[in-house]
Amino acid sequence: MATTESPTTQLQAKFQLRYRDAKHDDCALDVDLVMPGKGITAIFGQSGSGKTSLLRCIAGLERAEQGHLVVNGNTWQSDTVFVAPHKRPLGYVFQESSLFSHLTAEKNLQYALKRAPLPTAKDTYQHILKLMGIAPILQRYPSELSGGERQRVAITRALLIQPSLLLMDEPLASLDSARKQEILPYLEKLRSAFDIPILYVSHSVDEIARLADHVVLLQQGRAITQGSIAEVFSRIDVPLAAGNGASVVWQGEVIERDKHWQLARVACAGGALWVADTGDALGARIRVRILASDISLALNAYQDTSFLNRLPVMVSEIAPEANGAMALVRLKTAEDYLLANLTRRSVDQLAIKPGQQLWAQIKSAAVIR
Amino acid sequence: MLSDADLVAISLTLKLATTVTLLLLMIGTPIAWWLARTRSRWKGPVGAVVALPLVLPPTVLGFYLLLVMGPNGFIGQLTQKLGLGTLPFTFAGLVVASIFYSLPFVVQPIQNAMEAIGERPLEVAATLRASPWDRFFTVVLPQAKPGFITASILGFAHTVGEFGIILMLGGNIPGETRVVSVQIYDHVESLEYSQAHTLSAAMVAFSFLVLLGLYSHRRKSSLWGAR
Repeated sequence: MATTESPTTQLQAKFQLRYRDAKHDDCALDVDLVMPGKGITAIFGQSGSGKTSLLRCIAGLERAEQGHLVVNGNTWQSDTVFVAPHKRPLGYVFQESSLFSHLTAEKNLQYALKRAPLPTAKDTYQHILKLMGIAPILQRYPSELSGGERQRVAITRALLIQPSLLLMDEPLASLDSARKQEILPYLEKLRSAFDIPILYVSHSVDEIARLADHVVLLQQGRAITQGSIAEVFSRIDVPLAAGNGASVVWQGEVIERDKHWQLARVACAGGALWVADTGDALGARIRVRILASDISLALNAYQDTSFLNRLPVMVSEIAPEANGAMALVRLKTAEDYLLANLTRRSVDQLAIKPGQQLWAQIKSAAVIR
Repeated sequence: MLSDADLVAISLTLKLATTVTLLLLMIGTPIAWWLARTRSRWKGPVGAVVALPLVLPPTVLGFYLLLVMGPNGFIGQLTQKLGLGTLPFTFAGLVVASIFYSLPFVVQPIQNAMEAIGERPLEVAATLRASPWDRFFTVVLPQAKPGFITASILGFAHTVGEFGIILMLGGNIPGETRVVSVQIYDHVESLEYSQAHTLSAAMVAFSFLVLLGLYSHRRKSSLWGAR
């Protein structure tokens, strides 16, 4: 949790935002959050959960009647203060194309360059262009760009304003899955190349698994939980883990590479795993996602199975589906958790109960970097 | 062909239309911006007042302007106190009257173009550190440009085509208030049909060319400035 960090690397956001119409008597948004002031914090929730409202309140585009916002030590909103949006040192990437239609891609970037607090060095500019892969398309107008290209230009523009906080509102939502795959690597580079805290709004578990360090879960305008990605993903009492898509995300270091079998061994807090070698060097930090449906449980440590990875685990919680055949089991490994999706019959036959020692057999674990 | 008096009338008309168009762009832009953005309950009434000249007979407008700007009207008293005399039967009077008369033709295309921009580009500009003035000049004006072009052309052409309000307010003073439309009227009154014909044909050609330019320039969009 971020609460132990000093307030200068912390984002305190407290908002109460009412609906514009009188039909609702509850709030569109009612949160009191302390988020880390570094890394990528994902704000996750279904449509209508208040994700975008929260981001707009932080940017000052929406003015919550009751609001208190302190970003890395600077007060942007309180009872007496409301810093206008154009005076907040932030970058904003909107959901759909937000490029100025009357300007070329390059002029769009210059719009940010001219208004940035400090001049951008030519080298830095060229570096960012290269990083985002947009150098060849600068002379085109937004209408002549593909959706993915437009979003890359928009992200670049948000970086060139030299934000001390980058807000991204579902930047991939308007793109088809091929375009999403095209942009995700750029977002990953963003995380490693720039030391800017990012708030990333999304309703896609896949995107969050790849990008986020920290996750805030919103439901009906309220934050129902938050924590590190490993923590939030491994909880079975909150909606993120629901259904087939349940998974955990582990982070670890490559400690061994088996050239012959094209495998790499990754040391994570929850245990060491063999994964397909993706070419990462020894010592590289990578992310591994393990789906609950890829785990089976056994009472003994059989050696003669096709499962690549076996870890000793202890059952910590069982959440049977209300109406259905499946149950989600939360398992404690060394220092982390796994989720397993089992049939309720298997849970009954193996007499699985909290506290029990078992072996988790992991069919596959995907490297998501 | 065209007599000297005709040429004087033509140059006076062009001078009037140019002056009025420039002033209207300055006056109409803030009104259009306010109408496009406001959530005030005054939006309806103000919009209706701006649109009044579209439906009122020019004589009605001219009659009230004559009263207000005359020696006993409150604008008349003001201009007299300022040592400017009274406005009726002067070029300045025509300019004031034309501004009222052509106002909707300038305000409405600009307002429609501004409304079509929407909220998003302005929010984007705000997150790029653009102040409200900066946003207006770097986003609103360029993106509403088609609306400004339509507004200028319509405002100019409509002022050239005025007749009733000028007759009510400006009379018939050569070089001061006798514009082309009044000149044609005079020709017809004195049964100079061939002169009337030349000027009228010129007006028809002018109006046709203006509208042709407007419609071909904006083939893909409506005349009123929406995208």
